[in-house]
Amino acid sequence: MSEELLKVENLEVQFKSGSAITKAVNGVSFTLNRRENIGIVGESGSGKSVTATSLLRLIPSPPGKISGGAIHFDGKDLLKLSEKEMKSIRGNEISMIFQDPLTSLNPVFTVGDQIIESIKTHQKVSKKEAKKKAIEMLKLVGIPAPEKRINMYPHEFSGGMRQRVMIAIALSCNPKLLIADEPTTALDVTVQAQILDLMKRLQDEFNTAIIMITHDLGVVWELCDKVLVMYAGNVVEYGTVKEIYDQPKHPYTWGLLDSQITESVSEDQPLTTIPGSPPDLRQEITGCPFAARCAYAQDVCFTNKPKMTEVGENHYAACHFQTKENRLDRKEKTAHDRAIVTS
Amino acid sequence: MGKYIVGRILNMIPTLLIVAIIVFLITRLLPGNPAAVMLGPQASAADIKALTEELGLNQPLYIQFVDYIGNLLQGDLGNSLTYNKPVIDLILERFPNTVILAVCALIISIVIGVPAGIIAARKQNSIFDYLFTTFSLIGVSMPIFWLGIMLVLFFSVNLGWFPATGMGSMEAGAGDFFSHLILPSIALATIPTAQFARITRSSMLEVISQDYVKTARSKGLSEFIVICKHAFKNALTPLLTVLGLQVSSMLGGAVLTETIFSWPGIGLLIIDAIGKRDFVVVQNMVIFIALIYVVVNLVVDILYKVVNPRIKYSSNKGGS
Ligand SMILES: Nc1ncnc2c1ncn2[C@@H]1O[C@H](COP(=O)(O)OP(=O)(O)OP(=O)(O)O)[C@@H](O)[C@H]1O
Ligand code: SF4
Ligand SMILES: [Mg+2]
Repeated sequence: MSEELLKVENLEVQFKSGSAITKAVNGVSFTLNRRENIGIVGESGSGKSVTATSLLRLIPSPPGKISGGAIHFDGKDLLKLSEKEMKSIRGNEISMIFQDPLTSLNPVFTVGDQIIESIKTHQKVSKKEAKKKAIEMLKLVGIPAPEKRINMYPHEFSGGMRQRVMIAIALSCNPKLLIADEPTTALDVTVQAQILDLMKRLQDEFNTAIIMITHDLGVVWELCDKVLVMYAGNVVEYGTVKEIYDQPKHPYTWGLLDSQITESVSEDQPLTTIPGSPPDLRQEITGCPFAARCAYAQDVCFTNKPKMTEVGENHYAACHFQTKENRLDRKEKTAHDRAIVTS
Repeated sequence: MGKYIVGRILNMIPTLLIVAIIVFLITRLLPGNPAAVMLGPQASAADIKALTEELGLNQPLYIQFVDYIGNLLQGDLGNSLTYNKPVIDLILERFPNTVILAVCALIISIVIGVPAGIIAARKQNSIFDYLFTTFSLIGVSMPIFWLGIMLVLFFSVNLGWFPATGMGSMEAGAGDFFSHLILPSIALATIPTAQFARITRSSMLEVISQDYVKTARSKGLSEFIVICKHAFKNALTPLLTVLGLQVSSMLGGAVLTETIFSWPGIGLLIIDAIGKRDFVVVQNMVIFIALIYVVVNLVVDILYKVVNPRIKYSSNKGGS
């Protein structure tokens, strides 16, 4: 068994509406080893969810389509599997949990039914055994009185409890990979921390690799081994957390870091946002996708698209001026590009 | 649940009482003596007087009312003079025929309408969806009288496949029974089929893009289970509403269909009784039909709660 679990190569996903084609994901590559965690960060609309959803081949089609690339998972090329083979992977070898626990559980079935269904779909067990397993899972994710709770409906649970149920469903078949698409964004801060703790604990127990999609870089630093920074469907920076935490290289990553709320930011110190907005993905982008908003952009940035280049150990960035030989100096935040975020 | 149902049944009594009072007042307070109306313009004064007394119409209004409600509460619906039978016997004779026709039409409309709506929602904006939209629009706006006559002309008169009118009997064989049933069932099923299809399509469309449908797919379930179990159960509430209305109106006598095909159900009975000016029958039929609506409504309210666990039970005024 090789250590490499997932290798995504040049993944491209397009959405068609009328004559316009949206290139939502435009050549994303990364690898993930067993039991490893990767964080995917980037602004809204940068293609994080689309990337994650294509790993399960669940892009709604039409209008969407995986138009290029390869996804190697545990020795299989997922894009070459039949739909039937894909079904035996979903929920079994790769599971997914979503942002909003209030809407991602089916309101008209009991939580027990929803866990049991997952187990029975992938394992040849009796209804009774499946129920026993479901209770065990609920206990494991920290639902009190699971024997009783199993017969309750989602609306009888709080948001945090529902996300725990989602995690129980996702892990019920011992997946090798768990994709979590902003699993804590919709929750209270204290509950967020509990859910992250739970995920960390269960990861050790289940030996699952995790793809964690988030807006919160703090989560990445804490939970992940690697980071993928996405912008407008492209990967702009990719590497180990250690590298990127210590020396982020891409101007877009700098912008993201500056716009995070951290403990070092005092209350009256204004937060920075990256001025402007991401490009229209329906238009052909020549040059660097970030050029229009980049404080370091030069003429070449508007005409030539920068390639991913090694900038450190296991650390890559797509910027003309960030290579092994070349260095950009990160500017101090200036009053000019500081926009005040009202809180 | 049991408590809820008992509460709802008790709630039905005032509703029915109000209907009974309104019906009573309409027949008594309208100008003209019902007895005279029943007997027609040629009747002699002596005949009218005799009938007036027989019907108790010479009594003071409050006595009439107390008698009427008293009888009603005992289940005595009075006698029909024109049919020479207790009204209750008339209903027991005719209602099963209406039920047979309604059940048959319902089966047709559910079996065709619901799957068609689900497929149209799944394949939104496909050719199937466009054809579906066209046909379902024609269906809901179909003039049933015209459709019934066309069915008779084509299938009975031209092709001779099915009898044009009347109801078959099981004694004459299942073939006779069903061949009489087919055309009226199709006529009666047309509008509900289109309605069920449209409501199924629109509520499925709403549900199909929900997160829990995405969750169901991500669990590795088959598309059939995702759509027909996870999505459809959530789309059921609006369908139940329309279903309830259709069931009530079918059971309350499909007047047009029963008339065109001379189907001996309660719809035809009412038309007949109106023609004969038998106000005893008409009055009680109105109350009977009100009872049907109230009962179906109750059943639908209970079903709402079965399909949607978020609706709480409470015995005052059922949700709708
Ligand atoms: N079903 C769809 N139909 C058409 N376009 C879509 C669809 N889903 C996504 N897209 C396109 O893909 C782009 C990327 O969307 P995606 O959901 O991956 O963003 P994201 O990075 O997850 O953002 P967020 O942080 O808001 O979740 C969107 O800008 C949108 O244009
Ligand atoms: S290539 Fe140019 S525009 Fe793109 S990030 Fe680097 S400096 Fe900015
Ligand atoms: Mg997203």
